[in-house]
Amino acid sequence: MLGQILYALPFLAQGFAVTLWVSLLVVVLSLIAGVLLGVGLVYGPLPLRWAVRIFSDTIRGIPILVLMFFVYYGLPAIGLHLPSFWAAVSALTLFKTAQVIEYLRGAVGSIPKGQSEAAMAIGLTFRQRLAYVIFPQAFRRFLPPWINGVTDAVKGSALVSLLGITDLMQAINQVIGRTYEAMPLYILGALIYFAVNYALSLASRRLERRFSFIRE
Amino acid sequence: MGYALNFNLIWRHFDKLWGGLLLSLELAVISIAIGTVIGLVLAVWYVSAGRTVRAIIAAYVEFIRNVPLILLVYLVFYGVPTVVDLAYSAPTSFVLTLSVYSGAYLVEVFRSGLEAVPRGQLDAGKAIGLTPWQRLLHVRLPTMLRITLPALSNTFISLFKDTSIASVISVPELTFGAQWINFNTFRIVEVYLVTTAMYLVTGYVLLFGLRLVERRFRAAR
Repeated sequence: MLGQILYALPFLAQGFAVTLWVSLLVVVLSLIAGVLLGVGLVYGPLPLRWAVRIFSDTIRGIPILVLMFFVYYGLPAIGLHLPSFWAAVSALTLFKTAQVIEYLRGAVGSIPKGQSEAAMAIGLTFRQRLAYVIFPQAFRRFLPPWINGVTDAVKGSALVSLLGITDLMQAINQVIGRTYEAMPLYILGALIYFAVNYALSLASRRLERRFSFIRE
Repeated sequence: MGYALNFNLIWRHFDKLWGGLLLSLELAVISIAIGTVIGLVLAVWYVSAGRTVRAIIAAYVEFIRNVPLILLVYLVFYGVPTVVDLAYSAPTSFVLTLSVYSGAYLVEVFRSGLEAVPRGQLDAGKAIGLTPWQRLLHVRLPTMLRITLPALSNTFISLFKDTSIASVISVPELTFGAQWINFNTFRIVEVYLVTTAMYLVTGYVLLFGLRLVERRFRAAR
């Protein structure tokens, strides 16, 4: 049994690399899209605010799995052919983007209005107000929930296995298909996911403590 | 982009979606009920226990929360029966998994609620001569519930959405019904539009109901 698992380790490592790559792509892409749309939600004109609100509430209201199948099977139907890897990454990114929008709204919303008004009074432009006044203060409120959300991205990435992408989850299932050692391999997989996510959540807890001196 | 929407086939097989939604709700309700019992018992135990018990409960919570649900679902359905002499159906297996999973999330919710109950309330309970049990039942738990209700509603909705993972072990819930129609009729866009709408409506109805409960309890303050 142990021999078979050791034999499978390089294959599992490849899957693990895919898991990390998917997670990293999702986290980075959703951060960019989420911050842009989040700023649109807080400061944008009414139609944009409405559009972002509907986007966020819809995406967060459905299971990621349904969103993933929708994107994966639905895009080719309307003539858009994405490789399955990118279909999966875009679905996960859509979901994460909606979450980042909410983190940003919460963080920016927690900054007292007077800050913005003071910045306006000294003649800063909108971009300067964001860059020098709002974002530096909102950052510390944004960071802890966002890092916490990174663990969700790693966990969510396991769903790409359902689209035939050989991530860690799929690699484990394939090794089980050959060796019939279901229990040891699932436990090994669980421990790997646990190690990555627990490290991330420890980091977020440390950050939260670091910023805990801030009060309303 | 020449895709013409045609919902006829969806309505013809709508029983797959409707029956699926009912099963999703059933899975969610049973798992959340068991998970709530697990969460409450462990949270109450945690706040009054010694180091060892705390470490064990914390290990359970941290382990479950940091592993993908889909892996736990596979582990319980395909893994556990290979080591223990147990046989259970896919729906039972999923309920078991989601109960243990929701338990871990709910321990955290209840624990932080219990710790937020003001010390003065417990002292007041002691002062009027309540036994420890009475203090727990009449002071601690009601106050904790009021504090945790918003977080609790969010966790419940999120767990309802998690029932879609049951489709990976062929439990015929809503997502599974959607996939069946997807593969058998190829009205792909239509079936996922309808499924999305069903999840959204159900989720928001649940949320609205839970917000009403929250308001009632807040008024009772």
